Amino acid sequence: MSILVIAEHDNEELKGATLNTITAAKEIGTEIDLLIAGFSCETVADQACSIPGIRKVIVSDSESYKNFLAENIGLLVSKIGKDYSHILAAATSNGKNFMPRVAALLDVSQISEIISVLSEDTFERPIYAGNCIATVKSSDAIKVVTVRTTGFDDCEDQGGSASKENLDEDSNLEISSFVSEELAKSDRPELTSADIVISGGRGMQNGENFKLLEGIADKLGAAIGASRAAVDSGFVPNDMQVGQTGKIVAPNLYIAVGISGAIQHLAGMKDSKVIVAINKDEDAPIFQVADYGLVADLFEALPELEAKL
Amino acid sequence: MKVLVPIKRVVDYNVKVRAKSDETGPDLANVKMAINPFCEIAVEEAIRLKEAGTAEEVIAVSIGTNACQEQLRTALALGADRAILVETELEVEPLGVAKLLKSVAEKEQPDLIILGKQAIDDDSNQTGQMVASLLSYPQGTFASEIKIDEGKISVTREVDGGLQTVSLNLPAVVTTDLRLNEPRYASLPNIMKAKKKPLDTFTPEELGVDASPRTEILKVSPPPERAAGVIVESVDELVDKLKNEAKVIS
Repeated sequence: MSILVIAEHDNEELKGATLNTITAAKEIGTEIDLLIAGFSCETVADQACSIPGIRKVIVSDSESYKNFLAENIGLLVSKIGKDYSHILAAATSNGKNFMPRVAALLDVSQISEIISVLSEDTFERPIYAGNCIATVKSSDAIKVVTVRTTGFDDCEDQGGSASKENLDEDSNLEISSFVSEELAKSDRPELTSADIVISGGRGMQNGENFKLLEGIADKLGAAIGASRAAVDSGFVPNDMQVGQTGKIVAPNLYIAVGISGAIQHLAGMKDSKVIVAINKDEDAPIFQVADYGLVADLFEALPELEAKL
Repeated sequence: MKVLVPIKRVVDYNVKVRAKSDETGPDLANVKMAINPFCEIAVEEAIRLKEAGTAEEVIAVSIGTNACQEQLRTALALGADRAILVETELEVEPLGVAKLLKSVAEKEQPDLIILGKQAIDDDSNQTGQMVASLLSYPQGTFASEIKIDEGKISVTREVDGGLQTVSLNLPAVVTTDLRLNEPRYASLPNIMKAKKKPLDTFTPEELGVDASPRTEILKVSPPPERAAGVIVESVDELVDKLKNEAKVIS
């Protein structure tokens, strides 16, 4: 049994989601290789080599992988992965993009977004927006699995000394190309790895009012999220959406402000350790999952909260 | 150009599904069924391409039991020209669905396949990518905007960090995200007209596809319950509880 983990990175730095994925891999077996596919990603490879418990770091460096186009990465991973019993990647927008291509090329099913490992072929994963947990057993020779990062702690990233193997391989289907990207810039922690998240919903009324959350986020070192309603209404960009089809978060503290608590939103945050809800509607479903509920007008409660932190 | 729109019949998004008490599966007795919300966005986008004169024909396709005809008729009422049902009693996994769709695509030769990024029942988020892979097509997943120009399609994608735009050769696969469009409602005259539009049925055997599952569902259980919370009376009390009881802030 051997496991190939596909690293999440941006050609400059290894992303935290990789560490959660390696934890999941360690629960399956001990022979773990890490694939870094990218362009000019030498520093990422060096970081990866210091992760304890990795057998070797395979580096595939080519311009074809620079922007992580699923067509090329999928083909590469299917070629390398065919010799492994498991292929794992984080269920990020990147992992979700290329992994099903890998599974299809290997003619195996994919197990999406596992939250626990029961054995080498049996996993738990949420279905129906997390309202049910399915225990699934794969009969495929190669298990292609994406990992929900909130289900696994991050592993140590220092002290290891994995060997590095450079792979001379260039998989390019030449049917797609990168045009541009607009990435949000923020000094705050990343939404999916922050200890504290404060999110606003339709009750915020407009994008300008999200400033009320910023002061609190600054004091708490929190990331800022949003409900689908706030994103659909154009208050804030899509990368802030928490929910079934947005980002899944499980911080120590989640503060939901002006969010009613639709099933789809709860799916993205109900594994948070402590949930606070601030809403003026005392019947809002968000209060059913909240550890602490405050029935109040957010425009009065938020400035007061900021002042008292 | 010709657009293929695969759609899925799922439990309505407003239903809170629970596991059966014997944990053999989700309890779906007498629940309302509907077209998957992301598939509805896919149908809408295809119809807009037709209205803009970019697409000549929109074909809706679904895989599942005979009851899926209901959702195909909805797609026809929204503006699809014809429909295909691949009828099976099997619980077909995304890989099986992708193989069946590949077979349909080989018959129909669409220039574009638009489908939902994820079905809200199994939350797999795989089918579009798998169809694209099996057909060696490029893919634009989680699309919030598409533009078609001279044999190529430009797709703006919702990714974790923000937005990414890619350019794909046609034929291509696009999977829809929430912001791509706001689907319309079907009008009564169009619902009546949809009853007369063609709907062809095939079986997986007729398409020469083995769609048997590779994954066994051993059990379906409820998620861990959260302990009941408390309502605090003031911001002061909230801050006090977070500091001294939950100890999540200092």
